Amino acid sequence: MSIRDNASQMATALANKEISAVELTNQHYQQIEAVDKDVHAFLHLDKEGAISQATEIDKKRAAGEKLSPLAGVPLALKDVLTQKGVPTTCGSKILEGWRPPYDSTVVSKLKSAGIIILGKTNMDEFAMGSSTENSAFGPTHNPWDLSRIPGGSGGGSAAALAAFEAPLSIGTDTGGSIRQPAAVTGTVGVKPTYGGVSRYGLVAFSSSLDQAGPCARTVLDTALLHQVIAGFDPKDSTSINHAVPDVVAAAKKLEVKGMKIGIVKQLSGSGYQKGVENKFNEAIVELVKLGAEIVEVSCPNFEYALAAYYLIAPSECSSNLARFDSIRFGLRVGDDGSKGAEEVMNLTRQAGFGREVKRRIILGTYALSSGYYDAYYGSAQKVRTLIKRDFEAAFEKCDVLVSPTAPTTAFKIGEKADDPLAMYLNDIATIPVNMAGIGGMSLPCGLAEEDGLPVGFQIMSPAMKDDRMYIVGGALEAALLAKWGKPILDFAPKLAGSK
Amino acid sequence: MAAISRDEVANLARLARIAMSDAELDHLAGEMDVILGAVARVQEVAGKDVPATSHPLDVNNVVREDEVLPSLLPSEALSGAPASEDQRFKVPQILGEE
Amino acid sequence: MSLNYDQAIAKYEPTLGLEVHVELNTNSKMFCGCATEFGAKPNTQTCPVCLGLPGALPVVNKKAIESTILIGLALNCSIAPYSRFARKNYFYPDMPKNFQTSQYDEPICINGYLDVEVETDEGNKSFKIEIERVHMEEDTGKSLHVGGDTGRIHGADYSLLDYNRAGIPLVEIVTKIIPNTGKYAPQVARAYVAALRDILRGLEVSDVKMEQGSLRCDVNLSLANIGSGKLGTRSETKNVNSLRSVERAVTGEIIRQSSRLEQGERIIQETRHFLEESGQTRPGRSKEQAEDYRYFPEPDLVPVVPDNKWIEELRKSLPEKPADRRKRLQLAWSVPDKEMTAMVNADLLDTVEQTVLLGADPTKARSWWLGEISRIANDREVFPTDLITTKDVAEIIALIANGDLTDKLARQVVEGVIAGEGSATDVITKRGLKVVSDDSQLMKAIENAIAASPETADRVRGGNVPAAGALIGAVMKATGGQADAAKVRELLLKYLGQ
Repeated sequence: MSIRDNASQMATALANKEISAVELTNQHYQQIEAVDKDVHAFLHLDKEGAISQATEIDKKRAAGEKLSPLAGVPLALKDVLTQKGVPTTCGSKILEGWRPPYDSTVVSKLKSAGIIILGKTNMDEFAMGSSTENSAFGPTHNPWDLSRIPGGSGGGSAAALAAFEAPLSIGTDTGGSIRQPAAVTGTVGVKPTYGGVSRYGLVAFSSSLDQAGPCARTVLDTALLHQVIAGFDPKDSTSINHAVPDVVAAAKKLEVKGMKIGIVKQLSGSGYQKGVENKFNEAIVELVKLGAEIVEVSCPNFEYALAAYYLIAPSECSSNLARFDSIRFGLRVGDDGSKGAEEVMNLTRQAGFGREVKRRIILGTYALSSGYYDAYYGSAQKVRTLIKRDFEAAFEKCDVLVSPTAPTTAFKIGEKADDPLAMYLNDIATIPVNMAGIGGMSLPCGLAEEDGLPVGFQIMSPAMKDDRMYIVGGALEAALLAKWGKPILDFAPKLAGSK
Repeated sequence: MAAISRDEVANLARLARIAMSDAELDHLAGEMDVILGAVARVQEVAGKDVPATSHPLDVNNVVREDEVLPSLLPSEALSGAPASEDQRFKVPQILGEE
Repeated sequence: MSLNYDQAIAKYEPTLGLEVHVELNTNSKMFCGCATEFGAKPNTQTCPVCLGLPGALPVVNKKAIESTILIGLALNCSIAPYSRFARKNYFYPDMPKNFQTSQYDEPICINGYLDVEVETDEGNKSFKIEIERVHMEEDTGKSLHVGGDTGRIHGADYSLLDYNRAGIPLVEIVTKIIPNTGKYAPQVARAYVAALRDILRGLEVSDVKMEQGSLRCDVNLSLANIGSGKLGTRSETKNVNSLRSVERAVTGEIIRQSSRLEQGERIIQETRHFLEESGQTRPGRSKEQAEDYRYFPEPDLVPVVPDNKWIEELRKSLPEKPADRRKRLQLAWSVPDKEMTAMVNADLLDTVEQTVLLGADPTKARSWWLGEISRIANDREVFPTDLITTKDVAEIIALIANGDLTDKLARQVVEGVIAGEGSATDVITKRGLKVVSDDSQLMKAIENAIAASPETADRVRGGNVPAAGALIGAVMKATGGQADAAKVRELLLKYLGQ
């Protein structure tokens, strides 16, 4: 057993008592110790909590208790989800040191499943960004090339997988923050249908778009994790009150014959790196070989998705982030006896929020202002309806839609940091999925010729039909594995100190 | 597309309770202009007959029964407080109406 | 130049607008399961949701929706087939999320009305108050201002926040503008709030205790020259904590605004605070720029779409309207208007009704509660039902009805019950107050009286019936007042051949 195995393999080894949960956990901490000084995927390690839980699992297993399939498997948790008693920063100075008094529902479910939470991963501050450069605690580095970004906002969760620091991780996706990092790090990430996973305890960025989702190195692992975290939660009024589709069976199905796969015309073209489009097209060829039928679809309103997103998300965030006011939790600056509450609030928010967050708060405040509401926020909500309709029309003709996940491979750290609009364009292919609330997956489809860096293949399925992404993803992954002879991460350069 | 003035940004910063320097306000005003220019295109397709979507889900009436559930212990509730006194959150002088 | 009220009202036409906030009496909060008990130790009834902690989410309390619909139905509103929550964004330390989850352009109840009656120079007049909307929102936490000398914000060194109250369900009831009240504006405002309170009490959706803050009233008032057809600039007065304050606040504002207008000064649109001691209002902190609440639909909650079946069930469950009930009882009990008003004003209608339901004659019940018992209660500065129960009073009335007590004796029994000597029968026994009804006993007393005054007896025998009075008096005295005077007279006259 090696830390380069996937989660299912580790789960089997644990079940067969080839390795204990404590040993497995310690091996991962050793890997983290070896490589995280370079990768910086983690913001906090909860060794005490992890070993304690691993010990519990080993005890239960020894006593012959029936355990969940993933019990004892380690996981990295994006620092935007609350974990009781463990620092939760959301990548921001304003929450530095905050230890929530409650667990998010996702964490409760992970704990119930016996999954070992190793620590909290780095992210763009309050999930706003596409490179993890907006973290107040320094960027995460892409294990494929440490001078490059790992994607964002969930760069830490993706990098941890690619650096073999954890076999499973949890991310959150508002405009692509699970899928785009997965694409640029050669890993798998899924944004479930909106409402599929509880948002209780997920620190809100954009309430009507946020979703937590499973990330791993294989489609099956992702499906196993999806099964653990998905499901109705009475504490979340927006959570879906229906059974979770059997995504694990779907991932194992490996059969796409007769499935109609729609290529979205608008998610290609001049903004896309040549190598990215080439790998995408090669993957399409594989799907055709497997018996899938390709359909061309046009979703004209996708052209407006980015603009609408950068009105809706900042608007909701300007309201969601108002609670960071120095009073009940988090940073407090300037309380020296000479200033009133309001001034302390102003100074705290100035010191505690980074540039991108402040930019979006101001933008959102503007878009919701009286006099501007109809032109901006109001109009953006209408574009949302149009995007939804485009998807509905497309899904009449196909079972799933596909596109490259991101327009480029991993760019250099610092390359786009000063150009907000250029940065926003990274989400151009992922955003429509969040706007409509449907499911989206990214899995690796090759390495771009220009730079040898991973390319992601995006699969989109209709709302509440997440299993379809897993069917197509599982089948494609198997075909590509056969083609390459080894998993894509085996092509990555080995990190210094890594096992 | 009207430029957004520094005064307007200052007002937004006030509404958002963020203390910004003049330099920052100027810089932001410039950025806002560029971003608003790019996002304004939503108006091109947002016709009167298009309904707004504020929820991807088509669900109504999610409610809970009126039953009391355990609260946090005061120590838990106050655990993050930068300052507290007598089991209450302490804040500096509030200017304004009760 | 300062005008007095009459002068002001002679020149200016007031227009009223009233906003009432009602704290519902649900067991748990609007969006979470925390308890809503009044007076709990600070921050013992809070959770991530009502504290606004990062990651927390709201879930709507079903009973709160029900109560709001009931209020809307009782106020003759239409129940919106589709309504949503919205965020009202502004910063204040007692608001954990720095937005209030409320309703904006899609409230749950709209377009109702309430008829209120006010005593005018021309007799009782009815005013129809139109209701714009009834909607749901959440209450804020409470702040304690420390340092400074009055416990108020100004001059305080710091503040302490308790979020027990944050998230308790509030219902906001907003009237449309109320024109044409003329000089009765203060009374109309008071009558409206009183009538609203009665309805809410009857629905049992709130304690409606103005002193405790479960019923709050904001008064909007503007003045215009009589006959101008225009509307003046309005002021909003908060902190109006009693019915009397409502009336005084309206009066005070009419006087203040008219005096300003007389001096040629503008009325500033502002929020003012009512001052109990003086009956005047003082300005709130002036805000240089208006607050922009940036309302947008609450993304963490889904729409409320009450189905017709549910609304009809709730409608059927509505109790009788207070005004209708009063009319019904007045008719059934044949109560003159003035006495009816007195009973209602004394807040004794429920008490009298309960007494009647226990078998007492309505007129007797009224006369006891509003007469003797109220007199004693007022002397002691308590409420009549604090002294004696409806059961006791009904029992006493029954004893009088079947001849066991006279009115005079009954007063002593009431006294005894109030003094804590026990039930009515206990007091009668202890004090030996029962009416002497044994004829032979009475005859004995009668014979004694005749023997003591033979000339008077002869006069009666001779046809001078009124002369019997003295003999009856003697018998009453001899029996310690426990004889039934009418019975004595009957027996005496018979005995003397009259």
